[in-house]
Amino acid sequence: MSVSTQNLPPQFEVIDQPLDTQMTISMGPQHPSTHGVLRLELVLDGEMIVKATPDIGYLHTGMEKLFEYKKYQQGIVITDRMDYLNPLGNNLAYVMAVEKLLGLEIPERAQVIRVLMCELQRIASHLVWLGTHALDLGAMTVFFYCFREREKILNLIEACSGGRLTPSYFRIGGIMMDLPGGFERRVKQFTDNFPPALAEFNTLLTGNTIFQSRTKGVGYISPEDAIDWGISGPSLRGSGIGLDIRRANPYTGYETYDFDVPVEQDGDVWARYMVRMREMTESLKIVRQAAARLKPGPVKADAPKVVLPEREAMKTHMDALIHHFLIVAEGFSVPKGEVYHAIEASKGELGVYVKSDGGAKPNRVHFRAPSFVNLSALPIMVEGEMIADVVAVIGSIDIVLGEIDR
Amino acid sequence: MAEENKQGAQTDAASDATGKSTTAATTMGTETPAASGTPSNAVNAEQITALLRAAQPDSIVEVIQAFGEVTLIVPREHIVEICDYLKHTPKLEFNFLADLCGADRGVEEEPRFEVNYHLFSTKHFHRLRLKVLLNEDDPLVPTVTGIWKTANWHERETFDLFGVVFEGHPDLRRILLPDEWQGHALRKDFPLRGYEPYSIN
Repeated sequence: MSVSTQNLPPQFEVIDQPLDTQMTISMGPQHPSTHGVLRLELVLDGEMIVKATPDIGYLHTGMEKLFEYKKYQQGIVITDRMDYLNPLGNNLAYVMAVEKLLGLEIPERAQVIRVLMCELQRIASHLVWLGTHALDLGAMTVFFYCFREREKILNLIEACSGGRLTPSYFRIGGIMMDLPGGFERRVKQFTDNFPPALAEFNTLLTGNTIFQSRTKGVGYISPEDAIDWGISGPSLRGSGIGLDIRRANPYTGYETYDFDVPVEQDGDVWARYMVRMREMTESLKIVRQAAARLKPGPVKADAPKVVLPEREAMKTHMDALIHHFLIVAEGFSVPKGEVYHAIEASKGELGVYVKSDGGAKPNRVHFRAPSFVNLSALPIMVEGEMIADVVAVIGSIDIVLGEIDR
Repeated sequence: MAEENKQGAQTDAASDATGKSTTAATTMGTETPAASGTPSNAVNAEQITALLRAAQPDSIVEVIQAFGEVTLIVPREHIVEICDYLKHTPKLEFNFLADLCGADRGVEEEPRFEVNYHLFSTKHFHRLRLKVLLNEDDPLVPTVTGIWKTANWHERETFDLFGVVFEGHPDLRRILLPDEWQGHALRKDFPLRGYEPYSIN
């Protein structure tokens, strides 16, 4: 230290003060509460946050570029890796956008299975959110309980698609293959056993005064700001706006299911927590209804040039073999044009923009990732809060860095 | 599916949505806003072009109706005032910018770049796409961050990956790729694997 002490009275001690009044710290990218590799640049005044700047891109792998080099059906496996907690939702958004370009009619059974699987996946995604959110706030037990329940859903997904985290179950024109035997029974077993588990989570957290004081009144965002910043999904419904794409622009037959859209008015972390907790019950209602609607029937559209033929037909019929060969080797051409298809994913509005130039590969694919947009509003929620509350707010908007960086 | 959407586009999406809103209010409690719409998510094209042309005569270059969606190609000079008009006009109220993304039409194409604005209304549940076409040697477009704050990151992403410059943007810098990255990765002439292996030191 080279501070001149010559002119100072001897009773004064010279202290170097790097912590003037404000301090800039870097939170992440290896911080456990940032759910991946998010870096936040925080300017602090004492413990209060003056300014927060998210820094993203650590997981950027150029998926949108990759789509342009893959055939339409090969793109499905890329979507699995975006929001890896809700892969079936990503599959659905992408295949529905391509189906819109192709003008395909999807059979009833395939649509019911899509709804059934997507709602199971939504519950699984919310369970990971709940477990990690509670873990960030110091409640370790909930994490294990949530992952125990999520495991049962992953087993169901594995049973029908063969994959647990990357199922790629939905295909352009339907689904990969029909549900395995006894699947309805397994779904029923899950839907019967899940409400007690949910009650357990509520006992652990909802009535917990420590959890309440960590979340109530923290990370507020007004309904006007929420819309202006493009927040969607449960985070928007926590601010008192009952917007749900399943209701606003129904797809896959959601208009025929009976479910409520939970809305909370407070706009804080607690409100967003309550919305997601209630949403799991609603998703369970949809799962029960969808399971009751499963009737035998085809699960693939009648479009031989787009949908792969059955294995047996491919071995015995000449034309099926030709179609199989052409789809695999050359792909199928999609009419020229562009579509934007939005679905209600577990995090919010997941929109897919697909632009076709008439060939077998898309000209441009863009994902409107809900986490990306929700994260951009994080500074509004955390500025003026304490530094310890940042982890609560990040948990409450339920981000997945895989789809933010793409 | 495309058939359904085309038929849906003919009906007035806004009136259908309000017609259904009473049932939604009963299922969701009285204080929550209505959240029920129709599968037809496209806005009425005739109505919107008439309104826009009345407000600003040279505001629309082309109207495209395809796949149950409405696209308006607009000149970049008017993009801000058109967005402002669409956001604040009763019956339209596009208060939610769902998405903003760029696209490269091809190296030989002129105009080469396009910027797509996907608008959504949280009151009427209809959607609309605005499209701005840009030349390669002059990829400039005014920012819409003054109208929807959510445009901030979308425009940064489009700048990062396509090199489209948004004039008046408060913080226009790369968002996904490192600051010192050379080139714009989603351009068609940018190789899939890049020019050379990249490492962060």
